[in-house]
Amino acid sequence: MSKDKSQKTVQTTGHAWDGDLQEFNNPLPNWWLWAFYATVVFSIIYWILYPTLPIGDDYTKGVMNDITYTTEDGKTVTTHWNTRALFEKEMQEAREAQAKYVEQLSQASYQEIQADPEQSGFAFSRAKVLFADNCAACHQTGGNGVMGKYPNLIDDAWLWGGSFEQIEHTIREGRQGNMPAFKGQLSQDQISDVSAYVLSLSGDDLDAGEVERGKQVFNTNCAVCHGDNATGKTAMGSANLTDSIWTIIDVPGAAGNQAKKETVMKMVRNGVSREMPAWKERLSDTEIKILTFYVHEMGGGN
Amino acid sequence: MTQPAYQARIPIYPRSVKGRFRTIKYAILTLAYGVYFLLPWLRWARENAPDQAVLFDLAGRRFYLFDLVVYAQDIFWLAGLLVIFALLLFFVTGVAGRVFCGYFCFQTLWTDVYILIERLVQGERNARIKLANAPWGMAKFIKLGMTHLLWLAMAFVTGLTFTLYWGDAPQLAVDFFQGQAPFAAYATTLFLTATTYVMAGLAREQVCTYMCPYARFQGVMFDRDTLIVAYDEQRGERGQGRHKPSKDYMEREARIADKVGDCIDCGYCVQVCPVGIDIRNGLQYQCISCALCIDACDTIMDSIGYPRGLIRYTSQNALEGKKSNPFNLKNLGYALVLIAAVSLLAWAISHRDKVELSVAQFRQPLSVTLSDGRIQNRYEIKINNKTSDAIRYRISIEGLPQAELDLGGNSEVTVSAEHSLKLIAKVNRRPQTAEQERRSFEFVIRQLDSDDPLTTRRNTVFYTPLTD
Repeated sequence: MSKDKSQKTVQTTGHAWDGDLQEFNNPLPNWWLWAFYATVVFSIIYWILYPTLPIGDDYTKGVMNDITYTTEDGKTVTTHWNTRALFEKEMQEAREAQAKYVEQLSQASYQEIQADPEQSGFAFSRAKVLFADNCAACHQTGGNGVMGKYPNLIDDAWLWGGSFEQIEHTIREGRQGNMPAFKGQLSQDQISDVSAYVLSLSGDDLDAGEVERGKQVFNTNCAVCHGDNATGKTAMGSANLTDSIWTIIDVPGAAGNQAKKETVMKMVRNGVSREMPAWKERLSDTEIKILTFYVHEMGGGN
Repeated sequence: MTQPAYQARIPIYPRSVKGRFRTIKYAILTLAYGVYFLLPWLRWARENAPDQAVLFDLAGRRFYLFDLVVYAQDIFWLAGLLVIFALLLFFVTGVAGRVFCGYFCFQTLWTDVYILIERLVQGERNARIKLANAPWGMAKFIKLGMTHLLWLAMAFVTGLTFTLYWGDAPQLAVDFFQGQAPFAAYATTLFLTATTYVMAGLAREQVCTYMCPYARFQGVMFDRDTLIVAYDEQRGERGQGRHKPSKDYMEREARIADKVGDCIDCGYCVQVCPVGIDIRNGLQYQCISCALCIDACDTIMDSIGYPRGLIRYTSQNALEGKKSNPFNLKNLGYALVLIAAVSLLAWAISHRDKVELSVAQFRQPLSVTLSDGRIQNRYEIKINNKTSDAIRYRISIEGLPQAELDLGGNSEVTVSAEHSLKLIAKVNRRPQTAEQERRSFEFVIRQLDSDDPLTTRRNTVFYTPLTD
């Protein structure tokens, strides 16, 4: 019965209430105590090494845990450990890891990048981010543009030309597109006639007399910019009126010839002015190169 | 005073023994150690990775097992392997009890080697017990220190070897000692050194009896036909119990006549037991079926001229004189499922894709109208070459009439070994009359320059916007 005896002699805290009410003292298991002491030691070491305690507007910085990193501008910064510095350091390491490929891209010609699937793959991945940061606000993430405002970059029509050089120029220097308003210069009938002619160029079936009269109006007023055959001039960014693509007015979306004609007439009356800003100040040469390649490949440039 | 929650461990000093099962155990130990310690050093010609036969390349996210390359996406093979191991354990336990514990378990193998080291330094069982009870002195200090040093060395070699599987072994070994290896290599080695030392050196049979779940649930896999290491109580006790081989009970005939058992109570079977049990008390959950007690008993039986087998592999049914068949319905069922699982895994591995093709349609926008009125859809193609040779492919489309595929001049591409490639594909098509909005078709990649060309197909959709 020694077991019972030992259970009766459990330690008490020594306090007694109401005469005989006592509080047992059951000590914690040793392993638990040691684990607790270990956490205390850990927290003290942690306080010493890492930013921990707020003091007024400031805080303890921790010692022996400095982080050194190089910023994008080439400045070397050493600071106490913090998550922001850790992030900067990781960004620096990522830049260094990619530097080899970026360097390769900056040296290669467009044709070389195009011929090497590994290089073009890297350019594509990088361009996706650049495009989303700089271009997608207007041209949309997929490059499909907004009807009437921003050109679609993934069809095969290039207002300002679709060669690598032309695309690069567009991005670097920007473009100014202007179609003047003809409402003071042409009569209502003339505008109606020329609109019928323009639609007929895309294969729509309209009144022959009207089209014939419209052709005269076109030759005197519009051919200067849109060309004698109405196929557009990339030098001035004038649209090709003979293909199926409409970037400024939603002709395919209009039902019936009359509605289509009214859409075109509105355009001729009011004109349009569009601007592509220049990016040479904002983007590096390599970034412009990567974007040029991306836009060229997306739209199947010339 | 508080009461201790647990009884302190009673140290075990197993005596060495010679015999059939000891020989088998040494053979398995040699084989297992040979494989474990030499495998990382086995070279295997490889094009794009270190020439190592077995290499677990975590950074490259692929495992090399001789000619088999396992990619992260093949992880379900691991599930298959684990299922097979589980079934194998069920089957073997059902038939032959804890053979895994006694012969193959790492805990048993490493403890065995640690006991060997112990004997080498401190001597046989009696010498070890004497040393343990002796007061501290120079001799005791040197002997115990030597034992622990050798244990640590063994643990370190074990840990380092494990680490070598995860890198180019010769290079990693050199780097390790020059302080150039990655932190993970040191951490892994340290961790395995510590666990090996603690488990095989200090914890030993406590791992089997207190930590290992197998000891606890083996009972559900056992039945009365399962082979177990058992003491033949009828023969050993014979009604009157054991008896030392005194003058009257030297001859077996005399013992049988007086109903005295064959067991001479020498205690050898108890002394050799690495988990410190007395097998004569019947089947116990601590028993790891290592059969060293069989060797011990057979040695004694041979020396006094009694027949062997007082302790032997038998089943509970056989002990009771009943018919016993370890291949009963339950175990045949396990075998059947096991064969099915092995076949399934073998099929999955032998039919693995040598090349992976994925096709994703650009969704923003789904389609675009070209100047001549054709509709264009764009797709991102990813080709992952899982073989160790560069492969040239031709990419084409099937099932979409009057459509053109434009890959920007890359309709034939070379994907280097174990690399992947991303391509943009444009498909142009003039809408037909009575066109569907979505029409499915296939991308096909065909291997070129091969007698047995690989062809992989992926289904996708061509989208035509319908205005009317």
